[in-house]
Amino acid sequence: MTGAAGLEIRGLRVGFPGGLEAVRGVDLSLARGEVLGVVGESGSGKSLTWLAAMGLAPRGARVEGSVRLMGEELIGAPRARLRELRGNRIAMIFQDPLSALNPVLTVGTQIAEAIRLHNPDLGGREVRERVRELLDRVAVPQAARRAGQYPHEFSGGMRQRVMIAMAIANDPDILIADEPTTALDVTVQAQVLEVFERLRAELGIGIALVTHDLGVVAGRADRVAVMYGGRVVEEAGVDALFASPQHPYTRGLIGSLPTVAGAGGRLTAIPGAPPSLAARPPGCSFAPRCPIAEARCQAEDPVLMPAGDGRRAACHFAGARPAAPAATGPARAPVSGEPVLSVRGLVKDYRMDGGLLPPVLGGAGAARLRAVAGVDLDLAAGETLGLVGESGCGKSTLGRCILGLVAPTAGSVRLRGTELAGLTRAQMRPWRRHLQIVFQDPYASLHPRMRVGEIIAEPMRLLLGRAPSAAQVAVLLERVRLEPAFARRYPHELSGGQRQRVGIARALAVDPDVLVLDEPVSALDVSIQAGVLNLLADLQAELGLAYLFIAHDLAVVRHVSHRVAVMYAGRIVESGPAEALHTAPRHPYTQALLAAAPVPDPPAERRRRRQLPEGEPPDLLAAPRGCAFRARCWRASDRCGAELPALRAVDGGHAVACHHPEPVAATAPAGA
Amino acid sequence: MTRYLLRRLIAMPLLMLGVATATFLLSHITKADPLAAIVSERQMNNPEIVAAAKARWGLDRSLPEQYAVYISNLVQGDLGVSFRTRRPVADDIGARLPATLELVVFAMIFGVTAGIGLGVAAAHWRDGWIDHGARLVALIGSSMPVFWTGLILLYVFSVVLGVFPGPGRIDARVAPPPGVTGFYTLDALIAGDMERLRLALAHLVLPAFVLGWAVMGIISRLVRGSMLDVMEQDYIRTARAKGAGEGRVLFAHALRNALIPTLTIIGHSFAYLITGAVLTETIFAWPGIGAYAVDSARSLDHPAIIGVTLVGAAAFLIANLVTDIAYALANPRIEIGRADG
Repeated sequence: MTGAAGLEIRGLRVGFPGGLEAVRGVDLSLARGEVLGVVGESGSGKSLTWLAAMGLAPRGARVEGSVRLMGEELIGAPRARLRELRGNRIAMIFQDPLSALNPVLTVGTQIAEAIRLHNPDLGGREVRERVRELLDRVAVPQAARRAGQYPHEFSGGMRQRVMIAMAIANDPDILIADEPTTALDVTVQAQVLEVFERLRAELGIGIALVTHDLGVVAGRADRVAVMYGGRVVEEAGVDALFASPQHPYTRGLIGSLPTVAGAGGRLTAIPGAPPSLAARPPGCSFAPRCPIAEARCQAEDPVLMPAGDGRRAACHFAGARPAAPAATGPARAPVSGEPVLSVRGLVKDYRMDGGLLPPVLGGAGAARLRAVAGVDLDLAAGETLGLVGESGCGKSTLGRCILGLVAPTAGSVRLRGTELAGLTRAQMRPWRRHLQIVFQDPYASLHPRMRVGEIIAEPMRLLLGRAPSAAQVAVLLERVRLEPAFARRYPHELSGGQRQRVGIARALAVDPDVLVLDEPVSALDVSIQAGVLNLLADLQAELGLAYLFIAHDLAVVRHVSHRVAVMYAGRIVESGPAEALHTAPRHPYTQALLAAAPVPDPPAERRRRRQLPEGEPPDLLAAPRGCAFRARCWRASDRCGAELPALRAVDGGHAVACHHPEPVAATAPAGA
Repeated sequence: MTRYLLRRLIAMPLLMLGVATATFLLSHITKADPLAAIVSERQMNNPEIVAAAKARWGLDRSLPEQYAVYISNLVQGDLGVSFRTRRPVADDIGARLPATLELVVFAMIFGVTAGIGLGVAAAHWRDGWIDHGARLVALIGSSMPVFWTGLILLYVFSVVLGVFPGPGRIDARVAPPPGVTGFYTLDALIAGDMERLRLALAHLVLPAFVLGWAVMGIISRLVRGSMLDVMEQDYIRTARAKGAGEGRVLFAHALRNALIPTLTIIGHSFAYLITGAVLTETIFAWPGIGAYAVDSARSLDHPAIIGVTLVGAAAFLIANLVTDIAYALANPRIEIGRADG
């Protein structure tokens, strides 16, 4: 595993003016042909460590320590030398492939630039040839044609492949991948991770896989380093790390993960929030959140010590077990009862006619995009219906149609028997208080100039016509486990998890029956996610709320939902009890989603044989006849092209829209 | 794209007609009597002369009739005859427009190139002395009145230092180059007359600088802000990660993106300069359309007023169209007219 020295980082520190220390003495090594997983939450310093190693630390940053690439010191090296090495011997790819590619240059030009910068003598033909070869290597089809296109003409997964092609243009020794799949859909993520696997095997590149997702690391890394508060707190072989985590933070992270395989119940949330760099306490940075911290931890920052088997951990009590975590309960059984919310045949079309002037001068009929194509669903009080699907499948539009934020084109939305579809804004107003929403991004969905108290009071003022008293606001804050003092703060003073709690309190203020939760935890750090999910479960139990839980993460959905509906291209392709859907999925798309979702269990991840769908979610403008999934489906037959499969019951509330609804074992064992 | 262009080109005459109508009505709403510009004060007391003048200029007819005649002439390319100069308005404008256009083009070249250069430099050395200096230059350009900066510059560079010639398009003793385009610089170049080219350029420096200064100020501030935004983008980090040097990062990656939002302003400034050249032309005795417009407005010379307004409107529309096309060409994410069916 350890071949020729690749990259050696020793005592790396990155500080900013004003005494902020973002990276505080990191030691890491990465050999050629090795995959090192680097896991951490926001503010852990995991990205900054690698940017600093490449000499790309932001303006004003002070970088100290040593970074050696194949024995050559990079810290303090002349800028010209660093430029020679960057993109040549050491390359990096970034999280969001859309913003990381220059929008006004063609993809081919950008890859060619990476080649030319380091091979100025190559002729135009040779460079073009190499660009094609690189695009082929990362499996971008029709390389010659696509090289002439701009980044916006590529899908997310294809863009990330382009980024990879650019990074490997000069056969680097080391490739740093900073959250390379976080912005991608789960099936596409699996495809891109396959590309990394090939690069390592075929080119012997050493890869640093920097991510917040333990599942991604479990299946791909040889070793894993866990970072917290600007330091490595634990490092071990991937199997050992997951099997017997030594540091309480690692243990907490693993415990706070809902898994596709595991049953529902309470997650062991890590209390508190990741440390702020500005106000770092003395001693161990994890101590304020640590279940086993003692006085010594507050005073003395533990150093990273060898812990046998090539493992390292930075904890005074490495290996000590905390009190047994809360037992996980059984899977959530379906709730029966009268539906509060009942949706039938919901359709939402968007007309695609840009331009201000009507098509007077010979415009043909405007194209139509069918975002939601006839959806039925029921939701009972106290029940959570998980709505899963990849980006563009229509799940958010469906949620907004139900809330009346977007007018449905056709179909019915009944709240306790009253038809809401087709109501005017004024008619809808009295019903708004019964239907509320919690948004994905807690940073964008709270008004930055309003205090938390005003934010929570606003729905009551608007919908009930009376401002709540300070005591009522305090009750609401308490309900989401926040101190009453938060009412006087502004959103920017709050952490991500606290903001999302404010978003939930705002939705609860008018005492709704139904909450649409639109990706409520996907913008939060893993350790924070668990706390919010637990809170949502408690609120449901206390208040009998019905949740429509929209998410792309199957593990989270399985954890919180009684029933799950899987959406593809505007339709529900499979629905049923959470347990049945996960253990015995029938629709090939559901099976593919489950197969692609990474599981934080290294041996299981390696055992899995994946049946991955090819391609990416479809363009709804060019909706084909028949089943929308058939182009990516390995079971598709002629019938699928001719006839749209209807949603049919298979057993006990489990329904599937597929002409070939075979169980997993028949074609591809998805393991786990 | 072609379809979009076609639609814009079809819309242009309609818009021009609207401008002509609005200007026609506006100039007739004023209480002042255009006859004052046609007949002398003494003659105003002679009913016969007044009636004859009214009949001669069509002022005895009703407003709708006047309008119909004017528009039908306009459609045939006839802008009418000026009350004041007694010459066809089209000829008057044709004689003066090239002077204004030449001045504006040079002012734009100066304003845009200097503005972009200053903006990039200010962004690159943010908060350094270059940035502060650029801010001061921009502030002076947009806050000092043209007639003041114009006079000061004329005094310093022409009278005191003598490095640039005084007012006018070319020395009074020198005949203009043979007219082909009406641009003295181009005409001199076509004629191969280097001495006249030098003279014409020397005469252009000060007025173009004065006129372009405000544009340079606005553009340098916009480019600076836009560059600072762009330099924070992920693709700049990507370019550095590829091993690109700072010059490549600035010009090959950042500037192209930073210029896209600036294009709109550049287009607008061109149209603004054509109508805004009045003061500069006055200070530098530039025989352009600005002075003509002012004189026409003073004497309620309706045909001339509408003629100048139409020229301004046409300049504005054309500048806008060119801006939109340039915008689409510069920004591959915009494909104008694509979703029109």
